[in-house]
Amino acid sequence: MRIGTAKETYRHDEALFDTPVQRWWLAGLFVAIAAFPFVADAYWIYLGCLVAINIASATGLNILTGFTGLVSLGQAAFMGVGAYIVAWLEINLGTPFFVNLLAGGLGAGLIGILVGIPSLRVKGLYLAIATIAASVILHFVFANWTSVTGGQSGLTMPPATFLGTALDQPDKLYWLIVPVTVLMVLGASNLFRTRIGRAFIAIRDRDISAEVLGIPLLRYKLYSFALSSFYAGVAGGLWAYFFRVVTPESFPLVMSIFFLAAIIVGGMGSILGGILGAAFMTMVPEALKLIVGWLSPWLPDAVALLSPVRTIVFGALIVGFLIFEPRGLAEAWRRLRRFFHLWPFKT
Amino acid sequence: MAVEMSSDEGRTALAVDGLRLSFGGLRALDGVSFTAREGSVTSIIGPNGAGKTSLFNTISGFYRPGAGSIRFFDTPVDGLRPPERARLGMARTFQNISLFQGMTVLDNIKLGRHAHMATGVLEALFYLGRARREEMELRREVEERIIDFLEIDHIRNAPVSALSYGLRKRVELARALAMRPRILLLDEPVAGMNREETEDMARFILDVREEWGVTILMVEHDMGMVMDISDHVVVLNFGQVIAKGDPGQVSSNPDVIAAYLGSGEVDDLRARVREAAGAAGGAA
Amino acid sequence: MTDWLLLIEVSLAGIGSGGLYAITGLAFVLIYKATKVVNLAIGEILMLGAYVFFGFSAGLALPFWLAALGTVVVAGLLGAGIERTMIRPMLGESPIAVFMLTIGLGSILTGTVELIWGANPLRLPEYLPNQPLFLGDAYVSSKVATAFAIASVVVLIFLALFRFWRGGVALRATASDQAAAYSMGINVPKVFSLSWIIACVTAGVAGMLVGAIGGISPTMGVFGLSVLVVVIVGGLDSVLGALVAGLFIGLLEALAGAYLGGEYKTLATFVLLVVVLMVRPYGLFGTHEIERL
Ligand SMILES: Nc1ncnc2c1ncn2[C@@H]1O[C@H](COP(=O)(O)OP(=O)(O)O)[C@@H](O)[C@H]1O
Ligand SMILES: [Mg+2]
Repeated sequence: MRIGTAKETYRHDEALFDTPVQRWWLAGLFVAIAAFPFVADAYWIYLGCLVAINIASATGLNILTGFTGLVSLGQAAFMGVGAYIVAWLEINLGTPFFVNLLAGGLGAGLIGILVGIPSLRVKGLYLAIATIAASVILHFVFANWTSVTGGQSGLTMPPATFLGTALDQPDKLYWLIVPVTVLMVLGASNLFRTRIGRAFIAIRDRDISAEVLGIPLLRYKLYSFALSSFYAGVAGGLWAYFFRVVTPESFPLVMSIFFLAAIIVGGMGSILGGILGAAFMTMVPEALKLIVGWLSPWLPDAVALLSPVRTIVFGALIVGFLIFEPRGLAEAWRRLRRFFHLWPFKT
Repeated sequence: MAVEMSSDEGRTALAVDGLRLSFGGLRALDGVSFTAREGSVTSIIGPNGAGKTSLFNTISGFYRPGAGSIRFFDTPVDGLRPPERARLGMARTFQNISLFQGMTVLDNIKLGRHAHMATGVLEALFYLGRARREEMELRREVEERIIDFLEIDHIRNAPVSALSYGLRKRVELARALAMRPRILLLDEPVAGMNREETEDMARFILDVREEWGVTILMVEHDMGMVMDISDHVVVLNFGQVIAKGDPGQVSSNPDVIAAYLGSGEVDDLRARVREAAGAAGGAA
Repeated sequence: MTDWLLLIEVSLAGIGSGGLYAITGLAFVLIYKATKVVNLAIGEILMLGAYVFFGFSAGLALPFWLAALGTVVVAGLLGAGIERTMIRPMLGESPIAVFMLTIGLGSILTGTVELIWGANPLRLPEYLPNQPLFLGDAYVSSKVATAFAIASVVVLIFLALFRFWRGGVALRATASDQAAAYSMGINVPKVFSLSWIIACVTAGVAGMLVGAIGGISPTMGVFGLSVLVVVIVGGLDSVLGALVAGLFIGLLEALAGAYLGGEYKTLATFVLLVVVLMVRPYGLFGTHEIERL
């Protein structure tokens, strides 16, 4: 970011993308996103949708964990809440998808507030453990509230429809999922230009002095919980439209660890980090699949190794990034950009 | 300038009455009472461990006192949480600088205004209407009234972790100013600073009082500075007020000398007092 | 009509498995006290202990005592290795970061076990006595009873070490004040690695016992979740808390499982956790530090 010394540049300075170069880059990015489904094949469009869903959820988790400093292992369960709400509404009421997604987000946000309430009394690690409790309890509800959730067999739902068209294939759903994700990411970036975002960061950096400086801790921690799980809920809703089957096993604890890994790898406390991390972590298993494919002539049971290797790689990425690049890919990116001097995002 | 204010009969900005605070068996504050008049500079002095920081923390609302009451202008603040007290205009800096490491200087300063802004979460997400207006207004005010005033233009976009100690203290003062203070609680504002930085800070503190009409309550060990700029001095030892009055009265009080004797700071005190008295005499 | 006999049998079984929670909780508390690390991978370390024992006893067909010894050695080496390569580089980082690191560690261990031994559940060779045991009229699984006895011995060794051994004293000193321990000439890094070694050995032994009772599988790590509840309920830094809460949660799970159904076991545990977090967040015996500004 350039330092404007003249006072007339505040407005520029306060903008999300403050130089013409950045605006060009941004325009280019939008064009690329819009053109993607026309040039990519089905597999890549499928991946693109998945990446977008994960970006939405990771950005939510980043608000809570990366920016507010409250570790959560409940992100997958909150996605589950959103997914079940969306599936239930779609099946039973057939309301339009944007209504369902909003309801999914709000429902998950409400649960998030409930889970965050212990932050009245406990902080940091205890809270992280409370979120594990929340995932266990929510999992129990998904599996046992059969009349609503369909129990173990879950819910199978019809596709979203838009103006009479069924969005039943990734190339159509792309136009639902990606714009929603873009909106959510922009929203999160905006958040950190205002007092709300600053309060979050202050709580992360030094919560007790934040309080003396005028920030009601509980209220802001709950805001952060609510926002983060709202994002998870909407992402879960998109997930439901994408896979169209929602079961209790769709949102296991390891999925929460996946999102935690995504923001660690990408860069905690950086919007760009959430994006990079989610994209990277979604691609890792695909890359592993590819490698396993190459190896299969030599290693006959290579496919069976896929799942454990993936688990190891996820863990190793978490450990490795925490030790060697704690600010994640976003930091590496920033270094690169400093090197070339013309990157668009102010993060 | 010390003399001209001390004769003034201003309103009482802060009245502390019979404050008690214990940590386990330790009496950190033991019936502390004093008042600070509006627009004055009141200094709290005392050896290390006397309870000065604990007093500040209690005034801010971070600790709940076991007994006693605090009135801020005409409001009893005993039942108020720290953020509510901040909103009323209690601003402070910390002994161990407490800036937010993950933010730039500018954002740290802006954070101080938090309690006086109204942007809600939804507005923030869309950055429309009030959110944009408030942020722009804040930016302008921070630039024109605070950053220029404290001469920190050159570092506004630096991450605070990159700053020198003296500059950090200054940024903390800037953040406190952004809080729209009616009283500024400064916990050892010049500790660890060299002569020149100390003089700068003393000048800033006096300018703040002059220009913003803010009452200053300050904990400080630098006796030269205390004697120079205070209108009123309160001496704390083992959680009790052992003397209060104007700088001249306090520095000649035998109890005060005795309190400092045990801590080995007495020679320093004597030297500073003499030096300060000499300087004041020279100026008059 | 209450079936008292059933209640007693269920309770005994619960307390028996509670012994295993207690020693694993102890391992957790040890690491927390000495290094202030909240080790979320404790369940995975326990699992690895069980699998290593499986590897020695079933894979290499070693006699029981040799396999057990081998497991203890491997667990100790693992502890030293983890401390040296992952925990020490994080010295001075935020506790949250180290906490997340142990999550990654758990993931690595799970994947490794699955890679070597596969994802399917396995049975350990029978080494615990298997004939039914009666306390009065009440049936007790002799496996559980033996495991409980071994766990008690581990606890006693543990407490004795803590109290009388030089290393144990250094450990306690470090736990109460790290800086002071340093200045007294205690080799704090050594204490760190010692605590990880002892904790991993303890967890490994617990894994051998848990595996002997219920079989082993890569999902055994969820045992660690219950242990997490144990230490929160007892207080993260309380040895006594881990013991008491361990037994209590063993009991609670057994009762919930018997009277409500198996799926209620974890639910009961975590509901308890939520309640404790709300009413007594620092646990039954944990210390609540006053924050300084
Ligand atoms: N959070 C706390 N817990 C326990 N004791 C404390 C705490 N804060 C301060 N103290 C004790 O209270 C006394 C006063 O401390 P403090 O107010 O920091 O003194 P000062 O600022 O005058 O040097 C000291 O003995 C200190 O050790
Ligand atoms: Mg102090």
